[in-house]
Amino acid sequence: MTATQADREAAPGTSAPEVALEARAFSFSYGPRQTLFDISIRMQARSVTAIIGPSGCGKSTFLRSVNRMNDLIPGAGYQGEIRVAGMSVFDPSTDLVTLRRQVGMVFQRPNPFPKTIFDNVAYGPRLNALVPRREIPEVVEQCLRQAALWDEVKDRLDQPATGLSGGQQQRLCIARALGNRPEVLLMDEPCSALDPIATQKIEELIFELKQQYTIVIVTHNMQQAARVSNMTGFFDAGRLIEFDATTQIFTAPKHERTEAYITGRFG
Amino acid sequence: MTAGEPAITEEPGAAVLQGRAVGDTVFKAALTIAVLAVPALLGFLVWELWVGSRLAIERYGFDFITGTTWDPVAEEFGALPLIVGTLTSAAVALVIAVPLSLGVAIYLTEFSPKWLRQPVAFVIELLAAIPSVVYGLWGIFVLIPVLKDHVFPFLRDTLGFLPLFQGPIYGNSMLAAGIILAIMVMPYIMSVSREVLMAVPASQREAALGLGATRWEAAWTAVVPYARSGIVGAVILGLGRALGETMAVTMLIGNRHEIAASLFAPGYTMAAVIANEFTEAASDIHYAALSYVALSLFVVTVIVNGLARILIWRVSRGQAGGGQGV
Repeated sequence: MTATQADREAAPGTSAPEVALEARAFSFSYGPRQTLFDISIRMQARSVTAIIGPSGCGKSTFLRSVNRMNDLIPGAGYQGEIRVAGMSVFDPSTDLVTLRRQVGMVFQRPNPFPKTIFDNVAYGPRLNALVPRREIPEVVEQCLRQAALWDEVKDRLDQPATGLSGGQQQRLCIARALGNRPEVLLMDEPCSALDPIATQKIEELIFELKQQYTIVIVTHNMQQAARVSNMTGFFDAGRLIEFDATTQIFTAPKHERTEAYITGRFG
Repeated sequence: MTAGEPAITEEPGAAVLQGRAVGDTVFKAALTIAVLAVPALLGFLVWELWVGSRLAIERYGFDFITGTTWDPVAEEFGALPLIVGTLTSAAVALVIAVPLSLGVAIYLTEFSPKWLRQPVAFVIELLAAIPSVVYGLWGIFVLIPVLKDHVFPFLRDTLGFLPLFQGPIYGNSMLAAGIILAIMVMPYIMSVSREVLMAVPASQREAALGLGATRWEAAWTAVVPYARSGIVGAVILGLGRALGETMAVTMLIGNRHEIAASLFAPGYTMAAVIANEFTEAASDIHYAALSYVALSLFVVTVIVNGLARILIWRVSRGQAGGGQGV
Protein backbone atom coordinates (compact mmCIF):
# COMPACT_ATOMS: atom_id res chain seq x y z
CA MET A 1 0.00 0.00 0.00
CA THR A 2 2.95 2.28 0.49
CA ALA A 3 3.36 2.43 -3.26
CA THR A 4 -0.15 3.82 -3.63
CA GLN A 5 0.58 6.35 -0.98
CA ALA A 6 3.68 7.47 -2.78
CA ASP A 7 1.84 7.63 -6.10
CA ARG A 8 -0.75 9.84 -4.64
CA GLU A 9 1.72 12.18 -3.07
CA ALA A 10 3.77 12.36 -6.22
CA ALA A 11 0.74 13.08 -8.40
CA PRO A 12 0.54 16.76 -9.23
CA GLY A 13 -2.40 18.69 -7.86
CA THR A 14 -3.39 16.07 -5.32
CA SER A 15 -0.35 16.38 -3.07
CA ALA A 16 -1.82 15.42 0.32
CA PRO A 17 -3.98 18.43 1.03
CA GLU A 18 -4.47 19.26 4.67
CA VAL A 19 -8.15 19.90 4.15
CA ALA A 20 -9.61 17.03 2.17
CA LEU A 21 -13.19 18.19 2.05
CA GLU A 22 -14.58 21.64 2.48
CA ALA A 23 -18.06 23.12 2.13
CA ARG A 24 -18.53 26.86 1.93
CA ALA A 25 -21.97 28.33 2.51
CA PHE A 26 -23.51 25.34 0.81
CA SER A 27 -27.28 25.24 0.39
CA PHE A 28 -29.31 22.60 -1.38
CA SER A 29 -32.92 22.27 -2.45
CA TYR A 30 -35.19 19.78 -4.16
CA GLY A 31 -37.43 21.96 -6.25
CA PRO A 32 -39.05 24.50 -3.93
CA ARG A 33 -38.09 22.61 -0.76
CA GLN A 34 -34.78 23.68 0.68
CA THR A 35 -33.09 20.89 2.64
CA LEU A 36 -29.66 22.35 3.46
CA PHE A 37 -28.94 25.88 4.63
CA ASP A 38 -25.59 27.56 4.51
CA ILE A 39 -23.37 24.64 5.48
CA SER A 40 -19.71 25.48 6.05
CA ILE A 41 -17.43 22.71 7.21
CA ARG A 42 -13.76 21.72 6.81
CA MET A 43 -12.58 18.16 7.16
CA GLN A 44 -8.95 17.24 7.67
CA ALA A 45 -7.31 14.69 5.44
CA ARG A 46 -7.03 11.22 6.99
CA SER A 47 -9.57 11.77 9.70
CA VAL A 48 -13.03 10.42 10.42
CA THR A 49 -15.84 12.91 10.58
CA ALA A 50 -19.18 11.74 11.90
CA ILE A 51 -22.35 13.51 10.93
CA ILE A 52 -25.19 13.04 13.36
CA GLY A 53 -28.65 14.47 13.67
CA PRO A 54 -32.31 13.53 13.74
CA SER A 55 -34.02 11.89 10.77
CA GLY A 56 -34.63 14.25 7.89
CA CYS A 57 -32.08 16.77 9.10
CA GLY A 58 -30.23 16.68 5.77
CA LYS A 59 -27.19 14.62 6.74
CA SER A 60 -27.61 12.15 3.89
CA THR A 61 -28.39 14.97 1.49
CA PHE A 62 -25.15 16.63 2.45
CA LEU A 63 -23.21 13.41 2.02
CA ARG A 64 -24.80 12.74 -1.34
CA SER A 65 -23.98 16.27 -2.47
CA VAL A 66 -20.30 15.61 -2.06
CA ASN A 67 -20.23 13.09 -4.91
CA ARG A 68 -23.20 14.71 -6.64
CA MET A 69 -25.36 11.64 -6.27
CA ASN A 70 -28.24 14.05 -5.80
CA ASP A 71 -27.91 15.02 -9.43
CA LEU A 72 -30.04 11.97 -10.13
CA ILE A 73 -33.03 13.65 -8.56
CA PRO A 74 -34.89 16.00 -10.88
CA GLY A 75 -35.24 19.56 -9.64
CA ALA A 76 -32.12 19.49 -7.47
CA GLY A 77 -30.60 22.95 -6.97
CA TYR A 78 -27.70 24.28 -4.91
CA GLN A 79 -25.77 27.36 -3.87
CA GLY A 80 -22.33 27.80 -2.44
CA GLU A 81 -19.45 25.42 -2.95
CA ILE A 82 -18.03 22.07 -1.95
CA ARG A 83 -14.38 21.28 -2.60
CA VAL A 84 -12.92 17.79 -2.49
CA ALA A 85 -9.23 17.12 -2.90
CA GLY A 86 -8.77 20.43 -4.63
CA MET A 87 -11.71 19.97 -7.00
CA SER A 88 -14.74 22.19 -6.96
CA VAL A 89 -17.55 19.64 -6.91
CA PHE A 90 -20.20 21.69 -8.66
CA ASP A 91 -17.94 23.48 -11.10
CA PRO A 92 -19.19 22.88 -14.65
CA SER A 93 -15.70 21.84 -15.70
CA THR A 94 -15.55 19.12 -13.05
CA ASP A 95 -15.81 15.71 -14.60
CA LEU A 96 -18.40 13.67 -12.70
CA VAL A 97 -16.56 10.44 -13.40
CA THR A 98 -13.27 11.79 -12.03
CA LEU A 99 -15.06 13.20 -9.01
CA ARG A 100 -16.82 9.96 -8.19
CA ARG A 101 -13.61 8.04 -8.59
CA GLN A 102 -12.00 10.29 -6.00
CA VAL A 103 -14.98 10.10 -3.69
CA GLY A 104 -16.00 6.54 -2.87
CA MET A 105 -19.40 5.88 -1.41
CA VAL A 106 -20.76 3.12 0.82
CA PHE A 107 -24.51 2.93 1.09
CA GLN A 108 -27.00 2.16 3.83
CA ARG A 109 -27.73 -1.31 2.60
CA PRO A 110 -24.98 -3.44 1.11
CA ASN A 111 -25.47 -3.30 -2.65
CA PRO A 112 -23.00 -5.69 -4.24
CA PHE A 113 -23.47 -6.40 -7.93
CA PRO A 114 -24.77 -9.88 -8.68
CA LYS A 115 -21.34 -10.77 -10.01
CA THR A 116 -18.46 -12.66 -8.45
CA ILE A 117 -16.63 -11.30 -5.42
CA PHE A 118 -13.65 -10.68 -7.67
CA ASP A 119 -15.64 -8.83 -10.30
CA ASN A 120 -17.25 -6.62 -7.69
CA VAL A 121 -13.92 -5.33 -6.45
CA ALA A 122 -12.48 -5.17 -9.96
CA TYR A 123 -15.42 -3.10 -11.20
CA GLY A 124 -13.91 0.31 -10.50
CA PRO A 125 -10.36 -0.43 -11.66
CA ARG A 126 -11.65 -2.00 -14.89
CA LEU A 127 -14.18 0.72 -15.55
CA ASN A 128 -11.72 3.52 -15.06
CA ALA A 129 -8.78 1.59 -16.50
CA LEU A 130 -6.73 2.53 -13.45
CA VAL A 131 -4.20 -0.24 -13.81
CA PRO A 132 -3.16 -2.58 -16.61
CA ARG A 133 -5.46 -5.57 -16.84
CA ARG A 134 -2.90 -8.05 -15.54
CA GLU A 135 -2.46 -6.10 -12.32
CA ILE A 136 -6.13 -6.24 -11.44
CA PRO A 137 -5.88 -9.42 -9.32
CA GLU A 138 -3.25 -7.66 -7.24
CA VAL A 139 -5.47 -4.63 -6.73
CA VAL A 140 -8.40 -6.84 -5.81
CA GLU A 141 -6.37 -8.65 -3.19
CA GLN A 142 -5.07 -5.39 -1.81
CA CYS A 143 -8.55 -3.90 -1.50
CA LEU A 144 -10.00 -7.03 0.08
CA ARG A 145 -7.15 -7.08 2.59
CA GLN A 146 -7.74 -3.44 3.41
CA ALA A 147 -11.41 -4.18 3.92
CA ALA A 148 -10.48 -7.05 6.25
CA LEU A 149 -12.29 -9.50 4.03
CA TRP A 150 -9.46 -11.26 2.25
CA ASP A 151 -9.05 -14.16 4.66
CA GLU A 152 -12.76 -14.92 4.54
CA VAL A 153 -13.15 -14.90 0.77
CA LYS A 154 -9.76 -15.66 -0.75
CA ASP A 155 -10.80 -19.22 -1.61
CA ARG A 156 -14.05 -18.25 -3.24
CA LEU A 157 -13.35 -15.14 -5.27
CA ASP A 158 -15.28 -16.65 -8.16
CA GLN A 159 -18.40 -17.17 -6.07
CA PRO A 160 -21.34 -14.78 -6.28
CA ALA A 161 -21.04 -11.82 -3.93
CA THR A 162 -24.71 -12.16 -3.10
CA GLY A 163 -23.89 -15.36 -1.22
CA LEU A 164 -21.95 -13.48 1.46
CA SER A 165 -23.47 -12.44 4.77
CA GLY A 166 -24.74 -8.90 5.19
CA GLY A 167 -21.64 -7.76 7.07
CA GLN A 168 -19.34 -9.38 4.54
CA GLN A 169 -21.30 -7.77 1.71
CA GLN A 170 -20.88 -4.38 3.31
CA ARG A 171 -17.14 -4.91 3.70
CA LEU A 172 -17.08 -6.04 0.07
CA CYS A 173 -18.78 -2.78 -0.89
CA ILE A 174 -16.06 -0.93 1.03
CA ALA A 175 -13.40 -2.95 -0.80
CA ARG A 176 -15.15 -2.13 -4.06
CA ALA A 177 -15.05 1.57 -3.23
CA LEU A 178 -11.35 1.29 -2.33
CA GLY A 179 -10.69 -0.22 -5.76
CA ASN A 180 -10.83 3.28 -7.21
CA ARG A 181 -8.20 4.51 -4.74
CA PRO A 182 -10.39 7.38 -3.61
CA GLU A 183 -9.32 10.35 -1.53
CA VAL A 184 -12.52 10.48 0.43
CA LEU A 185 -14.84 7.70 1.53
CA LEU A 186 -18.45 8.64 2.19
CA MET A 187 -20.41 6.23 4.36
CA ASP A 188 -24.15 6.66 4.58
CA GLU A 189 -25.21 4.78 7.72
CA PRO A 190 -23.08 1.80 6.68
CA CYS A 191 -24.11 -0.31 9.68
CA SER A 192 -27.82 0.38 9.83
CA ALA A 193 -28.65 -2.95 8.21
CA LEU A 194 -26.07 -4.99 10.14
CA ASP A 195 -26.00 -6.94 13.36
CA PRO A 196 -23.79 -5.82 16.29
CA ILE A 197 -20.87 -8.12 15.45
CA ALA A 198 -20.77 -7.08 11.82
CA THR A 199 -21.10 -3.48 12.97
CA GLN A 200 -18.12 -3.86 15.23
CA LYS A 201 -16.05 -5.23 12.35
CA ILE A 202 -16.94 -2.27 10.17
CA GLU A 203 -16.03 0.12 12.97
CA GLU A 204 -12.65 -1.53 13.42
CA LEU A 205 -12.21 -1.27 9.68
CA ILE A 206 -13.00 2.45 9.70
CA PHE A 207 -10.35 2.86 12.35
CA GLU A 208 -7.81 1.16 10.09
CA LEU A 209 -8.85 2.98 6.96
CA LYS A 210 -8.44 6.45 8.36
CA GLN A 211 -4.68 5.96 8.15
CA GLN A 212 -5.05 6.43 4.42
CA TYR A 213 -8.45 7.86 3.67
CA THR A 214 -10.59 10.75 4.70
CA ILE A 215 -13.82 9.28 5.94
CA VAL A 216 -17.18 10.94 6.39
CA ILE A 217 -19.75 8.79 8.11
CA VAL A 218 -23.41 9.57 8.57
CA THR A 219 -24.85 7.66 11.48
CA HIS A 220 -27.91 7.43 13.66
CA ASN A 221 -25.94 5.64 16.30
CA MET A 222 -24.30 8.12 18.65
CA GLN A 223 -22.13 5.54 20.36
CA GLN A 224 -20.82 4.70 16.94
CA ALA A 225 -20.06 8.33 16.19
CA ALA A 226 -18.28 8.61 19.54
CA ARG A 227 -16.29 5.43 18.91
CA VAL A 228 -15.07 5.95 15.37
CA SER A 229 -14.75 9.65 14.69
CA ASN A 230 -12.26 12.42 15.37
CA MET A 231 -14.67 15.18 14.55
CA THR A 232 -18.44 15.30 14.78
CA GLY A 233 -20.91 17.57 13.08
CA PHE A 234 -24.44 17.91 14.37
CA PHE A 235 -27.11 18.68 11.78
CA ASP A 236 -30.58 19.81 12.60
CA ALA A 237 -33.32 20.94 10.20
CA GLY A 238 -30.85 21.38 7.35
CA ARG A 239 -28.33 23.43 9.30
CA LEU A 240 -24.97 22.55 10.75
CA ILE A 241 -25.55 23.41 14.39
CA GLU A 242 -22.22 22.46 15.82
CA PHE A 243 -18.97 21.04 14.49
CA ASP A 244 -16.15 20.18 16.84
CA ALA A 245 -13.86 17.46 18.11
CA THR A 246 -15.90 14.37 18.92
CA THR A 247 -14.86 14.35 22.58
CA GLN A 248 -15.93 17.96 22.85
CA ILE A 249 -19.32 17.33 21.27
CA PHE A 250 -20.09 14.36 23.45
CA THR A 251 -18.77 15.73 26.73
CA ALA A 252 -19.30 19.46 26.55
CA PRO A 253 -21.48 20.51 23.62
CA LYS A 254 -21.69 24.25 23.22
CA HIS A 255 -25.13 24.33 21.74
CA GLU A 256 -28.16 23.31 23.78
CA ARG A 257 -29.79 21.70 20.76
CA THR A 258 -26.76 19.41 20.42
CA GLU A 259 -26.91 18.55 24.06
CA ALA A 260 -30.60 17.78 23.84
CA TYR A 261 -29.93 15.45 20.91
CA ILE A 262 -26.98 13.56 22.32
CA THR A 263 -28.69 13.07 25.64
CA GLY A 264 -31.63 11.60 23.79
CA ARG A 265 -34.21 14.24 24.51
CA PHE A 266 -35.29 14.35 20.86
CA GLY A 267 -34.51 12.79 17.49
CA MET B 1 -58.96 -9.98 13.67
CA THR B 2 -56.12 -10.04 16.21
CA ALA B 3 -58.59 -9.56 19.02
CA GLY B 4 -60.73 -12.43 17.71
CA GLU B 5 -57.97 -14.99 17.36
CA PRO B 6 -57.92 -16.26 20.96
CA ALA B 7 -61.62 -17.03 20.46
CA ILE B 8 -60.79 -20.03 18.25
CA THR B 9 -61.15 -22.43 21.17
CA GLU B 10 -64.29 -20.79 22.47
CA GLU B 11 -67.70 -21.99 21.31
CA PRO B 12 -69.25 -18.97 19.55
CA GLY B 13 -66.08 -17.98 17.69
CA ALA B 14 -65.44 -21.56 16.61
CA ALA B 15 -68.81 -21.78 14.90
CA VAL B 16 -68.09 -18.66 12.91
CA LEU B 17 -64.70 -19.95 11.88
CA GLN B 18 -66.20 -23.33 10.91
CA GLY B 19 -68.55 -21.62 8.52
CA ARG B 20 -65.71 -19.68 6.98
CA ALA B 21 -63.51 -22.76 6.74
CA VAL B 22 -66.10 -24.36 4.44
CA GLY B 23 -65.75 -21.38 2.15
CA ASP B 24 -62.01 -21.94 2.21
CA THR B 25 -62.40 -25.58 1.21
CA VAL B 26 -64.72 -24.74 -1.68
CA PHE B 27 -62.39 -22.01 -2.87
CA LYS B 28 -59.39 -24.31 -2.70
CA ALA B 29 -61.21 -27.08 -4.58
CA ALA B 30 -62.32 -24.69 -7.31
CA LEU B 31 -58.81 -23.37 -7.80
CA THR B 32 -57.33 -26.87 -7.79
CA ILE B 33 -59.69 -27.88 -10.58
CA ALA B 34 -58.77 -24.78 -12.54
CA VAL B 35 -55.09 -25.53 -12.13
CA LEU B 36 -55.44 -29.19 -13.10
CA ALA B 37 -57.48 -28.21 -16.14
CA VAL B 38 -54.45 -26.59 -17.76
CA PRO B 39 -52.22 -29.69 -18.02
CA ALA B 40 -55.30 -31.76 -18.82
CA LEU B 41 -56.09 -29.48 -21.74
CA LEU B 42 -52.51 -29.70 -22.94
CA GLY B 43 -52.57 -33.48 -22.72
CA PHE B 44 -55.87 -33.62 -24.60
CA LEU B 45 -54.47 -31.37 -27.31
CA VAL B 46 -51.40 -33.51 -27.83
CA TRP B 47 -53.50 -36.66 -27.84
CA GLU B 48 -55.85 -35.17 -30.41
CA LEU B 49 -52.96 -34.15 -32.65
CA TRP B 50 -51.49 -37.60 -32.27
CA VAL B 51 -54.73 -39.31 -33.25
CA GLY B 52 -55.22 -36.92 -36.16
CA SER B 53 -51.77 -37.56 -37.53
CA ARG B 54 -51.68 -41.34 -36.88
CA LEU B 55 -52.19 -42.16 -40.54
CA ALA B 56 -49.28 -39.96 -41.61
CA ILE B 57 -47.04 -41.07 -38.77
CA GLU B 58 -47.54 -44.73 -39.68
CA ARG B 59 -46.94 -44.11 -43.37
CA TYR B 60 -43.98 -41.69 -43.27
CA GLY B 61 -42.50 -42.00 -39.76
CA PHE B 62 -39.42 -39.87 -39.26
CA ASP B 63 -38.91 -39.42 -43.02
CA PHE B 64 -41.66 -36.85 -42.72
CA ILE B 65 -39.33 -34.64 -40.70
CA THR B 66 -36.40 -34.99 -43.07
CA GLY B 67 -38.31 -35.07 -46.37
CA THR B 68 -38.37 -31.99 -48.59
CA THR B 69 -41.15 -32.76 -51.08
CA TRP B 70 -44.71 -31.64 -50.45
CA ASP B 71 -47.05 -33.08 -53.10
CA PRO B 72 -50.61 -33.73 -51.92
CA VAL B 73 -51.57 -35.19 -55.31
CA ALA B 74 -48.80 -37.78 -55.26
CA GLU B 75 -49.38 -38.16 -51.52
CA GLU B 76 -45.79 -37.36 -50.78
CA PHE B 77 -45.19 -35.25 -47.71
CA GLY B 78 -41.94 -33.97 -46.17
CA ALA B 79 -41.92 -31.15 -43.64
CA LEU B 80 -38.28 -30.13 -43.46
CA PRO B 81 -38.67 -26.88 -45.47
CA LEU B 82 -41.54 -25.92 -43.17
CA ILE B 83 -39.50 -26.52 -40.04
CA VAL B 84 -36.53 -24.66 -41.46
CA GLY B 85 -38.82 -21.84 -42.58
CA THR B 86 -40.39 -21.52 -39.15
CA LEU B 87 -37.04 -21.44 -37.39
CA THR B 88 -35.42 -19.11 -39.93
CA SER B 89 -38.21 -16.54 -39.90
CA ALA B 90 -38.26 -16.56 -36.10
CA ALA B 91 -34.48 -16.17 -36.00
CA VAL B 92 -34.56 -13.26 -38.44
CA ALA B 93 -37.29 -11.66 -36.33
CA LEU B 94 -35.27 -11.97 -33.14
CA VAL B 95 -32.06 -10.69 -34.72
CA ILE B 96 -33.91 -7.53 -35.68
CA ALA B 97 -36.27 -7.19 -32.72
CA VAL B 98 -34.03 -7.96 -29.75
CA PRO B 99 -31.49 -5.12 -30.12
CA LEU B 100 -34.23 -2.66 -31.03
CA SER B 101 -36.57 -3.49 -28.19
CA LEU B 102 -33.77 -3.75 -25.68
CA GLY B 103 -32.47 -0.38 -26.82
CA VAL B 104 -35.92 1.16 -26.44
CA ALA B 105 -36.38 -0.42 -23.01
CA ILE B 106 -33.00 0.81 -21.78
CA TYR B 107 -33.65 4.26 -23.16
CA LEU B 108 -37.06 4.47 -21.52
CA THR B 109 -35.92 3.31 -18.10
CA GLU B 110 -32.50 4.94 -17.91
CA PHE B 111 -32.30 7.96 -20.16
CA SER B 112 -35.58 9.39 -21.36
CA PRO B 113 -37.23 12.31 -19.62
CA LYS B 114 -39.96 11.13 -17.25
CA TRP B 115 -42.85 12.64 -19.22
CA LEU B 116 -41.87 10.67 -22.30
CA ARG B 117 -41.80 7.23 -20.67
CA GLN B 118 -45.48 6.41 -20.33
CA PRO B 119 -46.61 7.68 -23.74
CA VAL B 120 -43.89 5.86 -25.67
CA ALA B 121 -44.38 2.65 -23.73
CA PHE B 122 -48.12 2.91 -24.30
CA VAL B 123 -47.78 3.40 -28.05
CA ILE B 124 -45.39 0.47 -28.36
CA GLU B 125 -47.69 -1.77 -26.35
CA LEU B 126 -50.49 -0.68 -28.63
CA LEU B 127 -48.63 -2.37 -31.47
CA ALA B 128 -49.38 -5.67 -29.75
CA ALA B 129 -53.10 -5.03 -30.05
CA ILE B 130 -53.12 -4.79 -33.85
CA PRO B 131 -54.58 -7.95 -35.44
CA SER B 132 -52.02 -9.90 -37.39
CA VAL B 133 -54.05 -9.83 -40.60
CA VAL B 134 -53.74 -6.04 -40.50
CA TYR B 135 -49.99 -6.42 -40.23
CA GLY B 136 -50.19 -8.75 -43.22
CA LEU B 137 -52.10 -6.24 -45.30
CA TRP B 138 -49.77 -3.43 -44.31
CA GLY B 139 -46.89 -5.71 -45.19
CA ILE B 140 -48.25 -6.40 -48.67
CA PHE B 141 -49.16 -2.84 -49.55
CA VAL B 142 -46.50 -0.82 -47.75
CA LEU B 143 -43.60 -2.89 -46.50
CA ILE B 144 -43.02 -5.18 -49.49
CA PRO B 145 -42.85 -2.38 -52.10
CA VAL B 146 -40.34 -0.49 -49.96
CA LEU B 147 -38.26 -3.58 -49.32
CA LYS B 148 -38.35 -4.65 -52.95
CA ASP B 149 -37.41 -1.29 -54.41
CA HIS B 150 -34.98 0.04 -51.82
CA VAL B 151 -33.96 -2.17 -48.92
CA PHE B 152 -33.34 -5.48 -50.68
CA PRO B 153 -31.29 -4.01 -53.56
CA PHE B 154 -29.27 -2.07 -50.98
CA LEU B 155 -28.63 -5.22 -48.96
CA ARG B 156 -27.65 -7.13 -52.09
CA ASP B 157 -25.20 -4.39 -53.05
CA THR B 158 -23.59 -4.11 -49.64
CA LEU B 159 -23.85 -7.58 -48.11
CA GLY B 160 -24.15 -9.51 -51.35
CA PHE B 161 -21.00 -11.50 -50.60
CA LEU B 162 -23.05 -13.47 -48.06
CA PRO B 163 -25.23 -16.24 -49.51
CA LEU B 164 -28.05 -14.87 -47.35
CA PHE B 165 -28.35 -11.79 -49.53
CA GLN B 166 -27.98 -13.19 -53.02
CA GLY B 167 -30.32 -14.18 -55.81
CA PRO B 168 -33.39 -12.68 -57.42
CA ILE B 169 -35.61 -10.30 -55.47
CA TYR B 170 -39.32 -11.12 -55.48
CA GLY B 171 -40.62 -9.10 -52.58
CA ASN B 172 -42.48 -11.87 -50.83
CA SER B 173 -39.68 -13.61 -49.00
CA MET B 174 -38.28 -15.06 -45.83
CA LEU B 175 -36.73 -11.70 -45.00
CA ALA B 176 -40.02 -9.82 -45.45
CA ALA B 177 -41.74 -12.32 -43.14
CA GLY B 178 -38.93 -11.99 -40.62
CA ILE B 179 -39.20 -8.21 -40.66
CA ILE B 180 -42.96 -8.22 -40.12
CA LEU B 181 -42.48 -10.75 -37.33
CA ALA B 182 -39.85 -8.50 -35.77
CA ILE B 183 -42.32 -5.63 -35.71
CA MET B 184 -44.94 -7.91 -34.19
CA VAL B 185 -42.77 -9.35 -31.40
CA MET B 186 -41.10 -6.06 -30.51
CA PRO B 187 -43.86 -4.84 -28.21
CA TYR B 188 -43.66 -8.02 -26.14
CA ILE B 189 -39.90 -8.00 -25.75
CA MET B 190 -39.85 -4.25 -25.16
CA SER B 191 -42.57 -4.10 -22.53
CA VAL B 192 -41.37 -7.11 -20.57
CA SER B 193 -37.74 -5.98 -20.56
CA ARG B 194 -38.86 -2.50 -19.57
CA GLU B 195 -40.69 -3.92 -16.57
CA VAL B 196 -37.67 -6.00 -15.65
CA LEU B 197 -35.28 -3.06 -15.97
CA MET B 198 -37.56 -0.85 -13.90
CA ALA B 199 -37.51 -3.47 -11.16
CA VAL B 200 -33.72 -3.20 -10.80
CA PRO B 201 -33.12 -1.56 -7.41
CA ALA B 202 -31.90 2.02 -7.50
CA SER B 203 -29.04 0.96 -5.23
CA GLN B 204 -27.49 -0.95 -8.14
CA ARG B 205 -27.44 2.16 -10.32
CA GLU B 206 -26.08 4.21 -7.45
CA ALA B 207 -23.36 1.67 -6.80
CA ALA B 208 -22.18 1.89 -10.38
CA LEU B 209 -22.49 5.67 -10.62
CA GLY B 210 -20.73 6.04 -7.27
CA LEU B 211 -17.81 4.09 -8.65
CA GLY B 212 -17.41 6.53 -11.47
CA ALA B 213 -19.54 4.91 -14.16
CA THR B 214 -21.20 7.14 -16.71
CA ARG B 215 -24.95 6.66 -17.04
CA TRP B 216 -24.40 4.53 -20.09
CA GLU B 217 -21.82 2.38 -18.30
CA ALA B 218 -24.08 2.04 -15.29
CA ALA B 219 -26.92 0.89 -17.53
CA TRP B 220 -24.78 -1.55 -19.43
CA THR B 221 -22.57 -2.95 -16.69
CA ALA B 222 -24.91 -2.89 -13.67
CA VAL B 223 -28.56 -2.52 -14.61
CA VAL B 224 -28.73 -4.82 -17.64
CA PRO B 225 -26.67 -7.65 -16.06
CA TYR B 226 -28.88 -7.47 -12.98
CA ALA B 227 -31.95 -7.88 -15.19
CA ARG B 228 -30.38 -10.49 -17.45
CA SER B 229 -32.55 -13.48 -16.71
CA GLY B 230 -35.69 -11.39 -17.01
CA ILE B 231 -34.52 -10.05 -20.36
CA VAL B 232 -33.86 -13.56 -21.63
CA GLY B 233 -37.37 -14.39 -20.50
CA ALA B 234 -38.69 -11.48 -22.53
CA VAL B 235 -36.83 -12.69 -25.61
CA ILE B 236 -38.29 -16.17 -25.16
CA LEU B 237 -41.77 -14.72 -24.98
CA GLY B 238 -41.08 -12.99 -28.29
CA LEU B 239 -39.61 -16.18 -29.75
CA GLY B 240 -42.70 -18.17 -28.83
CA ARG B 241 -44.85 -15.62 -30.56
CA ALA B 242 -42.62 -15.58 -33.65
CA LEU B 243 -42.69 -19.37 -33.96
CA GLY B 244 -46.45 -19.58 -33.89
CA GLU B 245 -47.47 -16.48 -35.82
CA THR B 246 -49.52 -17.48 -38.83
CA MET B 247 -51.51 -14.91 -40.72
CA ALA B 248 -49.05 -12.11 -41.40
CA VAL B 249 -46.32 -14.61 -42.22
CA THR B 250 -48.55 -16.49 -44.66
CA MET B 251 -49.28 -13.23 -46.44
CA LEU B 252 -45.62 -12.22 -46.81
CA ILE B 253 -43.42 -15.29 -46.91
CA GLY B 254 -44.31 -16.40 -50.41
CA ASN B 255 -45.46 -19.90 -49.45
CA ARG B 256 -42.97 -21.86 -51.50
CA HIS B 257 -42.11 -25.29 -50.22
CA GLU B 258 -38.34 -25.27 -50.53
CA ILE B 259 -35.22 -24.50 -48.58
CA ALA B 260 -33.25 -21.60 -50.03
CA ALA B 261 -29.98 -20.20 -48.80
CA SER B 262 -31.06 -16.66 -49.62
CA LEU B 263 -33.36 -14.67 -47.40
CA PHE B 264 -34.66 -12.96 -50.55
CA ALA B 265 -36.23 -16.25 -51.65
CA PRO B 266 -39.75 -17.23 -50.64
CA GLY B 267 -40.25 -19.91 -48.03
CA TYR B 268 -42.97 -21.52 -45.99
CA THR B 269 -43.68 -22.14 -42.33
CA MET B 270 -45.49 -24.86 -40.44
CA ALA B 271 -48.22 -22.53 -39.22
CA ALA B 272 -48.69 -21.08 -42.69
CA VAL B 273 -49.11 -24.43 -44.45
CA ILE B 274 -51.76 -25.52 -41.94
CA ALA B 275 -53.70 -22.29 -42.39
CA ASN B 276 -53.46 -22.46 -46.17
CA GLU B 277 -54.27 -26.10 -46.80
CA PHE B 278 -56.45 -27.36 -44.01
CA THR B 279 -59.72 -26.15 -45.49
CA GLU B 280 -58.79 -27.49 -48.90
CA ALA B 281 -57.33 -30.82 -47.95
CA ALA B 282 -59.05 -33.45 -50.08
CA SER B 283 -57.70 -36.74 -48.78
CA ASP B 284 -57.41 -38.34 -45.36
CA ILE B 285 -53.67 -38.63 -45.73
CA HIS B 286 -53.44 -34.91 -46.52
CA TYR B 287 -55.37 -34.14 -43.32
CA ALA B 288 -53.15 -36.49 -41.37
CA ALA B 289 -50.03 -34.88 -42.85
CA LEU B 290 -51.25 -31.44 -41.78
CA SER B 291 -51.96 -32.76 -38.28
CA TYR B 292 -48.47 -34.20 -38.29
CA VAL B 293 -47.16 -30.74 -39.16
CA ALA B 294 -49.13 -29.31 -36.24
CA LEU B 295 -47.69 -31.96 -33.96
CA SER B 296 -44.17 -31.14 -35.23
CA LEU B 297 -44.78 -27.45 -34.62
CA PHE B 298 -45.81 -28.30 -31.09
CA VAL B 299 -42.70 -30.40 -30.56
CA VAL B 300 -40.43 -27.71 -32.06
CA THR B 301 -42.00 -25.12 -29.76
CA VAL B 302 -41.53 -27.36 -26.75
CA ILE B 303 -37.89 -28.02 -27.64
CA VAL B 304 -37.14 -24.35 -28.26
CA ASN B 305 -38.82 -23.34 -25.03
CA GLY B 306 -37.03 -26.09 -23.14
CA LEU B 307 -33.68 -24.89 -24.47
CA ALA B 308 -34.66 -21.37 -23.52
CA ARG B 309 -35.53 -22.48 -19.98
CA ILE B 310 -32.11 -24.06 -19.68
CA LEU B 311 -30.61 -20.83 -20.95
CA ILE B 312 -32.48 -18.78 -18.33
CA TRP B 313 -31.44 -21.20 -15.66
CA ARG B 314 -27.82 -21.01 -16.69
CA VAL B 315 -27.91 -17.26 -17.03
CA SER B 316 -29.42 -16.68 -13.61
CA ARG B 317 -27.16 -19.22 -11.98
CA GLY B 318 -24.20 -17.86 -13.88
CA GLN B 319 -24.95 -14.34 -12.77
CA ALA B 320 -21.88 -14.81 -10.71
CA GLY B 321 -19.80 -15.92 -13.66
CA GLY B 322 -20.23 -13.00 -16.03
CA GLY B 323 -16.80 -11.53 -15.62
CA GLN B 324 -16.81 -9.79 -18.97
CA GLY B 325 -19.23 -7.19 -17.68
CA VAL B 326 -16.87 -4.30 -18.06
